[in-house]
Amino acid sequence: MSLTIATGTTPQQNWLERLGAGHIILAVALVLYPLVASDFFLTQIGGYSLVFGMLGLSLMLLAGYGGMVSLAQITVAGIAAYAIAILGNNNSNILGFGWPWWLAVPFAVLAAALASALIGWISVRTEGIYTIMITLAIATATYYFAQQNYAIFNGHSGYAGIRAPAFWGISWRDPRPFYYLCLGLAVLSYAAVLYGSRSTFGMTLQAIRDNPRRMRALGYHVTAHKVFAWALAGVIAGLAGVLLVWFNGRVSPGTIGVDAAIDVLIIAVIGGLRHPIGPFLGAVVVVLMQTFAIDIVGAERFNTLIGMVFLVIVFVSPDGILGLWGRIKPHLAQESLRPGP
Amino acid sequence: MTESLAANRLQSTGAYALELDGVARHFGALVALSGITMRIAAGERRAVLGSNGAGKTTLFNAMTGDFLPTAGRIRFFGEDITDLPPHERIRRGLRRTYQISQLFKGLSVLDSIFLACRGVSRRRFSLLRPTTTDVNMVQAESILNAVHLEAYRDTLVATLSHGQQRQLEIALALAGAPRFILFDEPAAGLSPTERRDLVAILNALPKHIGYIIIEHDLDVALRVSEYVSMMHNGRLFKEGTPQEIEADPEVQEIYLGGKHG
Repeated sequence: MSLTIATGTTPQQNWLERLGAGHIILAVALVLYPLVASDFFLTQIGGYSLVFGMLGLSLMLLAGYGGMVSLAQITVAGIAAYAIAILGNNNSNILGFGWPWWLAVPFAVLAAALASALIGWISVRTEGIYTIMITLAIATATYYFAQQNYAIFNGHSGYAGIRAPAFWGISWRDPRPFYYLCLGLAVLSYAAVLYGSRSTFGMTLQAIRDNPRRMRALGYHVTAHKVFAWALAGVIAGLAGVLLVWFNGRVSPGTIGVDAAIDVLIIAVIGGLRHPIGPFLGAVVVVLMQTFAIDIVGAERFNTLIGMVFLVIVFVSPDGILGLWGRIKPHLAQESLRPGP
Repeated sequence: MTESLAANRLQSTGAYALELDGVARHFGALVALSGITMRIAAGERRAVLGSNGAGKTTLFNAMTGDFLPTAGRIRFFGEDITDLPPHERIRRGLRRTYQISQLFKGLSVLDSIFLACRGVSRRRFSLLRPTTTDVNMVQAESILNAVHLEAYRDTLVATLSHGQQRQLEIALALAGAPRFILFDEPAAGLSPTERRDLVAILNALPKHIGYIIIEHDLDVALRVSEYVSMMHNGRLFKEGTPQEIEADPEVQEIYLGGKHG
């Protein structure tokens, strides 16, 4: 797979060549995965990795292209999840407007995008570590507010009994449909970010990351571009939030806690921020670790093992798994050039 | 003497590109610029010389709006631009390059120039990828050739050599439809070959584009300018043709340490 950032394609290539062999192999593998995976692997590993990959992707968009590291992406996803619980049906006897999914989902994603844009608008006047701090403050404040507010958030128990929709004769909460739903939305988000990275807006965002002063001097509205990037990241995080609440059937302040916020950051950093595939690689590693570390070292030490694996990855390659691949790939290429035995 | 020369130039070209009247800039008690009055005709190519701290870059910053002057007025093609923000001046055709390259390290050379072209156009925002026939992309390609970077079209800016980055810095200033460019030490840190290249690039600029060049290398400055202003301690100290300036004993005393001649 080509993990280097593409710098232009020649017009002679057909669409298959432009897609790249790596993307095609990956797509086939992901589509065929349900044939070999058990229901547990399909949802708890496959679906979860894709959802958390999307959350990581929304952070990668901001951090990788915009230079803005956010700890509030899970908060944005949580707003979409709460919106689904409030606008649709739940069995907590609070709110629950009973809107159909096709009305509730666009509104939930819109709410997430607006919330993200607002968080962005508040935080774009800061840089570097201060952006991390201000988004952490917003995430923490939202968490405590959700926990103590009963009128909208139903306090610390949150909402339960939220059902994924059933249409076209398919119940989308079933393992196989849910996996394909996650895959479809993840591929859509990934493709949009990949395409967008070379769009005029994407290039503008990267140029602002590299030199905001020069971009301002060239006539660009730096703040507006940054806030718009936050809104786009909010759409991706919002979609992930919808999937999360459909899968869990419930949402509570625990969903948007600081632990979860840090998980998203770890996923993005472990995977790598230079290419939109990074967060998905990171999500697979983190979800696998969080699921199986407990079997390897027991309930008391599993967090230590997870922490050590992350340390090793970051220590060996500051660019995450993507950077690791970047180092191994030239050696593999050399190997394949050698004549066989 | 200088006023009459400027008047002659005005007659030949028809307009002033830049008029400065008593421009001053103070940083607290420090007087960086004081009483600068200059008339630069459209299409004129002028060098501003002076030792370090003479106020040359501060003068540029006042003209581009990076700092506002403490006193005085600045007109660009007859329009008072003293209080306009930098991007409004850029839209009117005033460009600058920076003494320390201000580039986009994560972008390719062509994309950087494309964004510079796009910045001065009306439609700056698009979620689509630019096509090869995009007006700004076509313009970016031609600027690429003008600054001799065509071989580095898709190269990441971060991997360019210092000299190539200086060339790209000039390319960004050529984007859109510049009427006047301020070059801040474009030859700083360049090898002799790169300097020759730079002189060729500057001399090949379209005749209607005037510029002011700040340059420490007299050899470069005098080969790319028609008229020279000397600055010293924040004031204009002497103006004349390159030959007059080179031969002036006072200039040699201050700027060249009296070693020449």
